[in-house]
Amino acid sequence: MKQFITFLKKEFAHVLRDRKTLLILFGMPIAQILIFGFALTNEVKNASIVVVDYAKDESSQKLLAKIEASQYFEIEKAVLSASQIEKAFQEGVIKLALVIPSNFDSDLAHQKHAQIQVIADASDPNTANTLTNYISEVIQDYQQELTNNASIPYRIIPETRMLYNPQLKGVYNFVPGVMALVLMLVCVMMTAVSIVREKEMGTMEILLVSPFKPLMVVVSKAIPYLLLSLINVAIILILSVFILDLPIHGSILLLFAESTLFIITCLTIGIFISVKTASQQVAMLISLMGMMLPTILFSGFMFPIENMPVALQVISNIVPAKWFYIIVKSIMIKGLGFSGIWKESLILTGMTIFLLIVSLKTFKIRLA
Amino acid sequence: MEAVVISNLTKTYGEEQIVAVDHVSFTVNKGELFGLIGPDGAGKTSIFRMLTTLLLPDAGMATVDGFDIVKDYRQIRNTVGYMPGKFSLYQDLSIEENLNFFATVFGTTVEENYHLIKDIYVQIEKFKTRRAGKLSGGMKQKLALCCALIHKPTVLFLDEPTTGVDPVSRKEFWEMLKRLKEQGITIVVSTPYMDEATLCDRIALIQNGKILSIDTPGSIVAKYPDDLYELKTENMYKLLKSLESYGQIKSSYAFGEFAHATFKTHSDENVKKHLSDSGLKNIIIKKATPTIEDCFIKLMGH
Amino acid sequence: MDAVIQTEKLTKRFGDFIAANEITLEVYKGEIFGFLGANGAGKTTAMRMLCGLSTPSSGKATIAGFDVYRQTEKIKKNIGYMSQKFSLYDDLTVLENIYFFGGIYGLSDAQLKEKSGELVKRLGLEREATKLVSSLPLGWKQKLSFSVAVLHDPKIVFLDEPTGGVDPVTRRQFWDLIYEAADRGLTVFVTTHYMDEAEYCNRISLMVDGKVEALDSPANLKKNFGAASMDEVFYQLARGAKRGD
Repeated sequence: MKQFITFLKKEFAHVLRDRKTLLILFGMPIAQILIFGFALTNEVKNASIVVVDYAKDESSQKLLAKIEASQYFEIEKAVLSASQIEKAFQEGVIKLALVIPSNFDSDLAHQKHAQIQVIADASDPNTANTLTNYISEVIQDYQQELTNNASIPYRIIPETRMLYNPQLKGVYNFVPGVMALVLMLVCVMMTAVSIVREKEMGTMEILLVSPFKPLMVVVSKAIPYLLLSLINVAIILILSVFILDLPIHGSILLLFAESTLFIITCLTIGIFISVKTASQQVAMLISLMGMMLPTILFSGFMFPIENMPVALQVISNIVPAKWFYIIVKSIMIKGLGFSGIWKESLILTGMTIFLLIVSLKTFKIRLA
Repeated sequence: MEAVVISNLTKTYGEEQIVAVDHVSFTVNKGELFGLIGPDGAGKTSIFRMLTTLLLPDAGMATVDGFDIVKDYRQIRNTVGYMPGKFSLYQDLSIEENLNFFATVFGTTVEENYHLIKDIYVQIEKFKTRRAGKLSGGMKQKLALCCALIHKPTVLFLDEPTTGVDPVSRKEFWEMLKRLKEQGITIVVSTPYMDEATLCDRIALIQNGKILSIDTPGSIVAKYPDDLYELKTENMYKLLKSLESYGQIKSSYAFGEFAHATFKTHSDENVKKHLSDSGLKNIIIKKATPTIEDCFIKLMGH
Repeated sequence: MDAVIQTEKLTKRFGDFIAANEITLEVYKGEIFGFLGANGAGKTTAMRMLCGLSTPSSGKATIAGFDVYRQTEKIKKNIGYMSQKFSLYDDLTVLENIYFFGGIYGLSDAQLKEKSGELVKRLGLEREATKLVSSLPLGWKQKLSFSVAVLHDPKIVFLDEPTGGVDPVTRRQFWDLIYEAADRGLTVFVTTHYMDEAEYCNRISLMVDGKVEALDSPANLKKNFGAASMDEVFYQLARGAKRGD
C-alpha cells in the first residue's frame, strides 16, 4: 500500500509540473462547455426566408404579420419568378421560400381552403425539416385563428417541396461533412507529424547542413499524402454512391478538382503546424484538438452556422472545412458548376497561398 | 592555411543564461585531424553546431574555409560534411537508399566520389539492402560516415562518432579517419575518450565551456608540470586511501592497474615505508609518462 | 567465500537466435565484477536475466540466494540497478527522487529520513537537495543515481555503463563510491567500455557472440593473452566476433 502511495505522489508531481498539459486539461473542457452550451444549437432562429406574395391582400398580410412576429424567421419580401427563386436557393442565400398564390384571400373566403407553397432547401435535411415545421406551425396557428371566428373550419394546406433532397436523406448532409473531416484530419496530421519527426530524429539537422531548400522538403512530403487522399475521396464517393444511394448531380471532375484544392489547403495547414512545433506529440495534439474540433463545430454539417452568435459565425469563416463543405454540397447535391462555387474556391486558394508563404518564411533554418 | 578559425566564440542557453561555450578560440589547419576532447556538457556539441551554422553564437566569430558562420552559412552548408551525435539517418531506408539520398541532396552521385568512401563502404556493402534501423552501432557509424563524405566535403565535422561503441569498433573507426586524412580532408572530431586524443594531429582539451589547452598531444604531455609516478599494490582501494594520508602527496588517483601520484617532494623509500606501514605489500613504484588523461585531470585543477 | 551470484549454463533464446549462450559464472560477496563485451555480444540480455527481469530459456541461476525462475520478486528486492539511460526523474527534486525510490524498495519513513540526510551530506548536495535533478551537472547525477540504487542496502548492485561521457575526475569519484560500497560488503556487477575501469575490477568476464570467452582477474587475463593492457585482451578476443558487424 505504501508503495502505491509513493507512486501516486510521484505521478502527481509529474502531472502538476507539466504546465502545457494542464492548460489543455482544464482549458479545453471549459472552452467546450461554453461553446456547446451557449453558441451551438440545432434550433433555428432568425432564419432567412423569402416570401413571394402574389396575393397582397388582407389575409396574406395577416399571415405575414404572424410570421414576422415569430422569432424564427426574418422575412424578405420580394416578387420573384420561379427561376429567381431557384437561383436564390442555389446561391444558398435562403433556406426556405413561401409562395402565396394570388387568389389566397378569395379562396379562403369562398372555398374555405387555400394552398400555400413551401419550398425548402433540403440539402441540409435537418434544417429543412425544422424550418418547414416552424412554418407549418405558424400556418396552423393562423388557420386556427380563422376557424375560431367562423362556423366552418378553414384549411390552409401547405404544399411542401423539398429541393435537392426530396426524401430528406441524412446522408446528403453527412457525407460531405465526413469528407471534409477525414481529409482535414489525415492531411493536417500526417504532414505535421512527418516533418516534426525529422526534427525529433535528428535527420533534419543533417538536411539543414546541406544545399537543400525548405520548399523541396515540404513539397516532397506533401505529395504522397495528396495522392493517397485523392484515393480516399474516390473510396468515400464510391461507397456513398453505391451503398448509400447518394446521387452526384454535378460534375465528378469538378468534385475531384475541388477536393484536390482542399487537400492542398489541409496539407499546407499541416506544414504550418510542423514549422511551429518541435515534438511529434504536440504536433498530433494540435492537429487533432486544434483542427478536429473546429472542423466539426464550424463547418456547418452538424450545427447550422446561421444559428450561431455572430462572433462564432465570423470564426467559422477561417475554418477551411466550412468552405469545402459548401462546395461539395453545391456540386453533389445542388448540381452547380464552377460558376456557383468560384467564390468559395477563391477563398480556399487564398488561405493556401497565405499559409504557404508564412510557413516558408518562418521555416527554421537553424536549430534555435 | 587555416580551414577553421574560431575567435571568442560564446553561447549561452536559457533564462538562467547558462554559459555553454565561453569565449573559445582556436584554429584548425587544412588537412589536419583535430580533436576536441572533453566530457559531456563541456560544450563540444554546441561548438560543432555553431561551426556547421545550426546555431548562432551569442558573441565571437568563426570562419570555415574562409566563410563566416553567420553571413555565409549557405556556402558552408554546401561544402562541409557533418555527422551529428545521434547516428541520425533514415531508419526505414536501406544503406543504399540513404547513401543515394545524401549524394543527391548535395548534387552529386555515389559513383562520382566513391573512391572516398570505398574503404569504409566495402565493410557494409553486403548489407546494402538492409534498413538503417536494423544495423548494429558499428555499422550505423560507418554508414553515417559514408553519407557525410559522399559529396567530398572540404571539412568534416564528426560529433562524438565513437560514443557508446565498443573499443574494437572505436579503434577501427579511428583507423578509417587516418586513411581519410590522406585524402586531404580536414577532420574535426569531438570525443569524451581521452585515449583517442593521441590519435589526432592536434587537440583542444575542453571542460565547462572553456579551453584548457590546445596543442599537439605530445606537446601537451611535455608540458605536464610535475613528475608523475605510477604505483601498484595488491589492493587499489587501500593504496589510494593510504596515499591520501601521505604527508608529501600532491595528487593521487586511480589509473587502470596503477595509481598515479605526484608528490611535493619525492623519495621512493619514504613512499614505500608509508604504504607498508598501512599494511600494503608488494609495492611497485616507478616514474611514468603522463597521458592526456593525466594532463586533463591536472588542468581541471585536481 | 560466499557466492552471491551463481549461474550454470544460463541461456536465452529468441526464436532461433541464441542471445546468451550457456553462461556459467560465480560472483562472490564484496567483489567488483566487470562484465565486458562488444555491443550486441549479449551483455544486456545476460544482465536482464540476472536482475530477474527476463526469464531464461534454460540453465540455472541463483541471485542473492534466490532462484531466478521462481523467486524473481525476492531477487528484485535484494538488488539495486543503475543504468546510463535512465536513473533519476529529471522533473523531481533530489529529495523527492530519494524518497520515491526508497519508498519503492520498502524503506520506512524513519529510515528514509535518516538515509536521505546521510546521503545528501556524503555527496555534498545540501544546497541542491530541493532542486530539480535536471539542474545538476551530469557527474553529480551519476553519483546520486548510484547512491539511490544502493539506498536499501541490497546485496548486489548492477551498474550498466554508469560512467559514459563523464569527465575523468568525476569518473574516479564515482569509482570511489563503488570501492567504498564494495568494502562494506556490497557486490558490484558493472559493465563498461572504459578499459581502465576494467582494471579496477577484481575479476572480469568477456562476452563474445553470446558466450563468455574469458573469466579471470585482469592480471591473469593479461598474462594468459600475452597482452600489456586490457585493451589488447579485449581486442584479441572481440576482434573475430561475428555478431554486431
